[in-house]
Amino acid sequence: MSTSRKGSMMKTPDIQRRKVLTIGSFKLGICHGHQVIPWGDLDSLDMLQRQLDVDILITGHTHQFKAYKHEGGVIINPGFGTGAYSSITYNVNPSFVLTDIDGLRLVVYVYELIGGEVKVDKIDFKKAQPVG
Amino acid sequence: MQNSGPDDISSTEEQEKWLADALALVQHHAFYMHRALDSCNLRDALKYSAQMLGELRTSKLSPQKYYELYMKTFDELRMLEVFFKEETKRGCTTAHLYELVQHAGNILPRLYLLCTVGSVYIKSKDAPAKEVLKDLVEMCRGIQNPIRGLFLRSYLSQISKDKLPDAASEFEGEGGTVVDAVEFVLQNFTEMNKLWVRMQHQGPAREKEKREKERSELRDLVGKNLHLLSQLEGVDLDLYRDMVLPRVLEQVVNCKDELAQYYLMDCIIQVFPDEYHLQTLDTLLGACPQLQPTVDVKTILSQLMERLSNYAASTPQVLADFLQVEAFSKLSEAVVKVIEVQPDMPLVGAVSLHVALLTFTLRVHVDRLDYVDQVLGACVKKLEGVGKVKDNKATKQIIALLTAPLEKYNNIVTVLSLTNYPKVMEHLDYGTNKVMAVVIIQNIMKNGTFIMEADKVEALCELLKEIIQDSDGSPALDELDEEDFMEEQNLVARLVQMLTNDDNSEMFKILQTVRKYFLKGGPKRLGYTLPSLVFSALKLVRLLQQQDESSGEDGVTFPQKVFQFLLQTVEALSVVPAPELALRLYLQCAEAANNCDLEPIAYEFFTQAFVLYEEEIADSKAQVTAIHLIIGTLQRMHVFGVENRDTLTHKATGYSAKLLKKPDQCRAVYACSHLFWVVDGRVQDGERVLLCLKRALRIANAAQQMASVTKGSGGTLTLFVEILNKYLYYFEHGNQHITNSVIQGLIELIVTEMQSDNTTQDPMVDSFFASTLRYIRFQKQKGDGVAERYASIEL
Repeated sequence: MSTSRKGSMMKTPDIQRRKVLTIGSFKLGICHGHQVIPWGDLDSLDMLQRQLDVDILITGHTHQFKAYKHEGGVIINPGFGTGAYSSITYNVNPSFVLTDIDGLRLVVYVYELIGGEVKVDKIDFKKAQPVG
Repeated sequence: MQNSGPDDISSTEEQEKWLADALALVQHHAFYMHRALDSCNLRDALKYSAQMLGELRTSKLSPQKYYELYMKTFDELRMLEVFFKEETKRGCTTAHLYELVQHAGNILPRLYLLCTVGSVYIKSKDAPAKEVLKDLVEMCRGIQNPIRGLFLRSYLSQISKDKLPDAASEFEGEGGTVVDAVEFVLQNFTEMNKLWVRMQHQGPAREKEKREKERSELRDLVGKNLHLLSQLEGVDLDLYRDMVLPRVLEQVVNCKDELAQYYLMDCIIQVFPDEYHLQTLDTLLGACPQLQPTVDVKTILSQLMERLSNYAASTPQVLADFLQVEAFSKLSEAVVKVIEVQPDMPLVGAVSLHVALLTFTLRVHVDRLDYVDQVLGACVKKLEGVGKVKDNKATKQIIALLTAPLEKYNNIVTVLSLTNYPKVMEHLDYGTNKVMAVVIIQNIMKNGTFIMEADKVEALCELLKEIIQDSDGSPALDELDEEDFMEEQNLVARLVQMLTNDDNSEMFKILQTVRKYFLKGGPKRLGYTLPSLVFSALKLVRLLQQQDESSGEDGVTFPQKVFQFLLQTVEALSVVPAPELALRLYLQCAEAANNCDLEPIAYEFFTQAFVLYEEEIADSKAQVTAIHLIIGTLQRMHVFGVENRDTLTHKATGYSAKLLKKPDQCRAVYACSHLFWVVDGRVQDGERVLLCLKRALRIANAAQQMASVTKGSGGTLTLFVEILNKYLYYFEHGNQHITNSVIQGLIELIVTEMQSDNTTQDPMVDSFFASTLRYIRFQKQKGDGVAERYASIEL
């Protein structure tokens, strides 16, 4: 599954929307993020994660790649594919994220274009066995 | 069908029959001829072969059918030739044979036999090749009927082609020189052409088309001679230039026949090497105006230029030769002359000539922009007074003319230096002009061409003006396809990214130039184009900020100038109108001003944003989005002093509380709590945070009660859980006013409400609350003093 962001300056998208998906044993939540104030604040995003009751929260708005792992799950901001200007992030590096879900294991592959080179990183997350 | 005359050609059926009859007769005579050959009976062989050849005297067959008959007899004559060769070994001299065959009764068979013997004669070297050839080529004059004559001379050509006294051939020396060989071929060619042309005037006028078709079928017989000349080893450039070309052209011009002239000119160009053409350009081009006025000279000229273009492209070493012979000026003069001489030439023809010349120029003189411009200029002159070209084919040629330099240089900046380029483009009708404009932008994007000077940017905008703005005569925008329009304008927006310069002053000039043009675009375009410009300007601001440019004139710094520009630009969106877009852009600018520490400017942008919110954004959904954007941006501001901050925060909270739906109010208000907390911009007013959250709680309560009244049962508790999470947030972050008891209180409230019959069950709320409690439990077990803080919260 790949995630990337669509710019919010494009014609009146319905950004209020949030979506929750279930893939394998993981619940994913997707939300643009501009309503979670302060923007990019991980604790505030945490709250949203709890609210949607998801293991993985995918969010955006800041144009900067961030991946944050905590006991409740993972918060991913895939950054912005085109590296477009952001008032929040200086020097945006174009990036996108591929997520691989296998059973109880989630691996996030991050692709960033830094200085003309593609750098790949990965983050592992294992979900605790569901309590009977 | 009646056969009304000896030269009348009739229907296909009859042709088939006559041919079949003739072939049968040939077969018949050949049979006897073979018998004579087998028994070495020379006399009989001559007798029967003459009879066989007599069939070729027919006037009934069409050229195609005659050809079949000819081929059959040709095969038989090969055997006869072998026999003749054997005879000379058996004592009969070739001279004697040569004399014997002249006893044949009719002239046509006589001449075929003579040629056949002649072949043996030359091969034997008993006589010089040149003399035999001369004799034969002259004797063939005896046949003046076009079809019969052409085939006879074709036979002569075929059997003699490997026996010419070419340079380094076995027949050179005593047998002659290459000049003799050339002389022979030229003579044969000249006579054949005359015969061929004569066909045009035979028969009634109404059958002209038919005759021309038949002539067409025979043209290769004539053309082969030229091919032969090109194959002669001894024909070098000098011989070609001094003898071959002038003689051939003389015949071409003098025959005054349209069909022949067109075919032969084309033949010359295709058959002889490009190197020769280059060196004889004057002569070749000089013949063009002398041709019949109906001849399609432009195609000939185009073909020549194309060949030369390809020659230049494949053999770069010869480019020096092109320069030396001044090929360009000769060709461009020829183009002018040809157009002058044919005033009725349709526009498509004239333009395609220029396209061919341009292609040539781009291949041979790619660095001579002045030449390229000259060609475009010549075309502009031709197009004068024509206005917008309506003919489809001519339009296509104009597009070809415009695309060629674009694709060759792959750099719009180079193309912009061609002064005549925009003038050509102006002749395209509205729709096509836009298509071309799109092609230009796509070329820029594909090649990653940056346009770095303001005056070049201006020239580019002029070139693209049909898609940037409305002009007189352009159709109303409502008639245009919505999607196409959007794609087109998005392309223009993307183009802005390519207009850039590292020098900040130049960059600002570029921005101002672009905006000048964009503002003429009208309400429909601005929404697409201005945002791109705004972000380009914001990038400039960021650069200035990082370079710390604080110098300026008249007390206005450079960054301030750019912010003025930004303010005006976003204001321009009011004519669209696009308040939501403008609001976002104002906020982006506010943040940029914040980063530059320009408090009054940041304040001004917020003011404008609020004005839009108050006056233009009426839709409730839009209001929710807008207020969150305002709050989110405001939260990040560090530049504001106490007063300004208070004013703006007060406004934000006020509007939050006035949103239409209670849940929206609640959420916006608790979002505002962060405006009192901030952090790096300082503030951290714990008390007002709590007040804010309490206000949110009151709204949540009200919402709950309202739901009871209107729906019969209470609404969901989600808002309460959200506020609880906010309490936890601030608790985590050290807000002293959020105490355990505050938190405890809310937890208990939620629990109570959940158990109440009045409350709507909602699994989402349940899981939210559960995960919140899970979080608290987790925190209770954490180290670093965290557990202690949470200890007193009981679950």
